[in-house]
Amino acid sequence: MADTVVFETQKLSVGYRGKALIRDIDIRLNKGQILSLIGPNGAGKSTILKTVTGQLTPIAGRTLIGGRDLEAWPRAELAKKLAVVLTERVQPEMMTCFEVAAMGRYPYTGRFGALTAKDKAVVWDTLRRVQADDIADRDFGHISDGQRQRILLARALCQQPEVLVLDEPTSFLDIHNKIELLDILLETARVRQTAVILSLHEIDLAEKLSDLILCVRGDRAEKPDKPERVFTDDHIRELYGLTRGSYLVSRGSVELVKPEGEARVFVIGGAGSGLLAYRELQRKRIPFAAGILWENDMEYEVAKALAQTVIGCSAFQTPSDETKEEAVRTMLSCGTVLVAGDQKELNNKTNEWLVGIARQNGMRIVLSAGVLR
Amino acid sequence: MTKRLTALRALLVFALLGVAFCAIFVLNVNTGSVSIAPKEILRIVLSGGSDGSRLGNVIWKIRLPRLLAAAVLGGALSVSGFLLQTFFRNPIAGPYVLGISSGAKLFVGIMMVYVLKYVPSVPFWAVMAAAFGGSMLVTLFVLLFAHRVRSMAALLVIGIMIGSICTSVTDFFVTFADEANVANLHHWSMGSFSAVAWPNLNVIMIIVLIALGLSFLLSKPISAYRLGENYARSMGVNVKLFRVALISLSSVLSACVTALSGPISFVGVAVPHMTKLLFGTSRPSLIIPGSFLLGGVFCMGCDLIARTAFSPSELAISTVTAVFGAPVVIALMIGRQRRRSDG
Repeated sequence: MADTVVFETQKLSVGYRGKALIRDIDIRLNKGQILSLIGPNGAGKSTILKTVTGQLTPIAGRTLIGGRDLEAWPRAELAKKLAVVLTERVQPEMMTCFEVAAMGRYPYTGRFGALTAKDKAVVWDTLRRVQADDIADRDFGHISDGQRQRILLARALCQQPEVLVLDEPTSFLDIHNKIELLDILLETARVRQTAVILSLHEIDLAEKLSDLILCVRGDRAEKPDKPERVFTDDHIRELYGLTRGSYLVSRGSVELVKPEGEARVFVIGGAGSGLLAYRELQRKRIPFAAGILWENDMEYEVAKALAQTVIGCSAFQTPSDETKEEAVRTMLSCGTVLVAGDQKELNNKTNEWLVGIARQNGMRIVLSAGVLR
Repeated sequence: MTKRLTALRALLVFALLGVAFCAIFVLNVNTGSVSIAPKEILRIVLSGGSDGSRLGNVIWKIRLPRLLAAAVLGGALSVSGFLLQTFFRNPIAGPYVLGISSGAKLFVGIMMVYVLKYVPSVPFWAVMAAAFGGSMLVTLFVLLFAHRVRSMAALLVIGIMIGSICTSVTDFFVTFADEANVANLHHWSMGSFSAVAWPNLNVIMIIVLIALGLSFLLSKPISAYRLGENYARSMGVNVKLFRVALISLSSVLSACVTALSGPISFVGVAVPHMTKLLFGTSRPSLIIPGSFLLGGVFCMGCDLIARTAFSPSELAISTVTAVFGAPVVIALMIGRQRRRSDG
C-alpha cells in the first residue's frame, strides 16, 4: 500500500507582522503518522502550528492539506479535514461537556446546528474513546484539567479530521493523564489513520510517541527526522542549550545540575547500585567522584552527568593498571568512601580491592549517603 | 435521558415566560388612573382600533402603544446585550454599560438641538439614523480599547468612561441650546415608554423583529463562538463576517430603543443572565428568543412600577430597571471572581 501524503509544507516561512521568524520549513506527513515539534521555549513551535492551521498568515511558502492549499479550501470543508486543540483557556458559560464535544460536529450540521442521530452517535463514540462519557452532563467549567483536555480532544476528534494539530496538549496534565492522552493520539493515528502534529515539552515522551521529530530552534527548523536520529545526547544538549544539567537519551531521564567543587565523596557502585547515592549526593549538592564502572553499566551515564570525575573502563574487561591507579588517586583525594555496590557484583574484585585500600589509608567508609552532610 | 430533561425544561420555561408575558400585559393594560374591566379591554383591543370612545382612546392611544414599546424594546435591549456579551466574550457587556446608549443619546441630542433650528420637526428616520450612528461609533471605540484588555472589569471601566464622555458632551451642547428644545431632549433622555407614537412604534417593531430573526439565524456561529474566536474559526466560522454581523445587529437593536425611548439601563446585562439561569444553559437558539420574551416581561413589569409606584407622578424607566438590574451586574462580578479563585 502506497503511503499517502496528507499534510505538507513547502518552503514555509512563519512569523509575525510580515517578519519571518523561521524560514523554509519542509514537512511531509503521511496518513497515520505522528510528528512532534520539540525545541526550547519561544523557539517558534506555536508559531508554526498557528500558521499551518490558518490562525496566522504565512510569510512565504505553502501549506497543503490533502494536496490542496490551506487558503484554497472552503471553510466548512477544511473543518472536516483539519481540527485543532489549542493552548488557550476555554471558558464557556453554562455548557456541558457533551455540548463542548458536540461543537466538533459544526461542519456537518445544518443551518441551526441541530444534531442528527448520526452526529450524536459520533459524539458518544468519541467521548467513550477519550474515556469521558461519564462526565458528559457535567458543566465544562467545573471539571479537572485532565478531563478538560480530554473533552477538548473529543471535540477535535468529532470533526473526524484527516489532520489533527495539538499545541502542547500535555501541559498541566499529571503523568496518568499524559499517558492516557498520548495513547489516544496513538490510537487515532494507527487505527483511524489520522495524521497527528503536536508540540511537546516532554522530549522523553516525544521520542516514544513520534514517527517524525521536527526540531525548532528559534531561527530555523531542522529537517523532520526519525526519533532515533534526533535523540542523541549531544543533539539534545545543543538544541536546548543545556550547559548545566543534562538529558540522558538512553534512560529518557533529566538530570539536574551537577554539584560544583572538589569531589568530597568517592562512590563505589556498579550495576545500578550507585544510582540512589548519586541522586542523593546531587540533592545535597555534595560534589563526588565515582568508579570503577564499566562503560556499558546502566549507571555510567548518570554518573557522568552528576559526578565531577568518573573512572570507567571498557565493558566486561578487568581495568588496566593505569585505570586502577587513577581510581586510587581520585579516591584518596576525597575524604569519604561511599560503598553502594553489592558485594556480589561482577567486578567486585576490583571494588573489594578499592575498599581495602581505603581501609588501609584510614578513610571514612559509609554505606549510604544518608549520613553525609 | 438528561437531554430529554433539558428539552422538557426549555419547553417549561418558554411556557412560563409566555404565561408571564400575557399576565403582565393584561395587568398593565388594566392598571392606571382609569380602571377598565377585562372584558371591556378584550373587546376594545380586538376591535382593532379606537372606536372614539374615552376608554377606547385610553387604551389605543396611551396604554397599548406604551405597553408594546416596553415589550418590544425590552426584548430588543436584552438580545442586543446578549450579542454584545457574545462579541466581547464577557457577561458584563451591554448597550448601557458599555456607553453605547450614551453614544446614541449624544448623536440624537446634537440633532435635536441643532437641526430643530432649521427645520420645524425632525423626521423619525433621522432620529433612528442618528441613534444608530452613535451606537456604532461608540461600539467601535470600545472595540479599539477592548482589543488591549482582557479582563471584565477593565472593559466595564472603559464603557463607563466612554459613556461619561458622551454624556458630558451632550450636556455641553444642551447648555448652549434653545430652552424649548432642551425640554424635549431632557424628557427623552430620561428614558420613558410614554408618548410613543404609533407610526414610530410600527417602524421600530418591524426593524426589531427583523433584527431578532437575523440574530436567531446566527445562533449556530454564536454557539461555536462560545469556545473562543480561534476554535470558532477552526470549525469553519467566518469570524470577520460574523463579528461585523454581531456588532451591526446589536447596534441596530440598541439604536431602536434609544431612538424611541432614550437610554434604558442594565436590561441588556441583567436579562440574558437571568435567562441563562432559567434555561440552565447558554445555548443561543434558546437564549435569543428566551431573553427577548423575558426582556419584554421585565420592562413591562418595570414600566408598571414606574407608572404606579408613586402615582400620579411617574418614575423614569431607568430608575426602576437599575434597581433590579444593577444588583445582577454586581452578582455577576462577584460570581466570576469566586469562580476564578476556585479554579
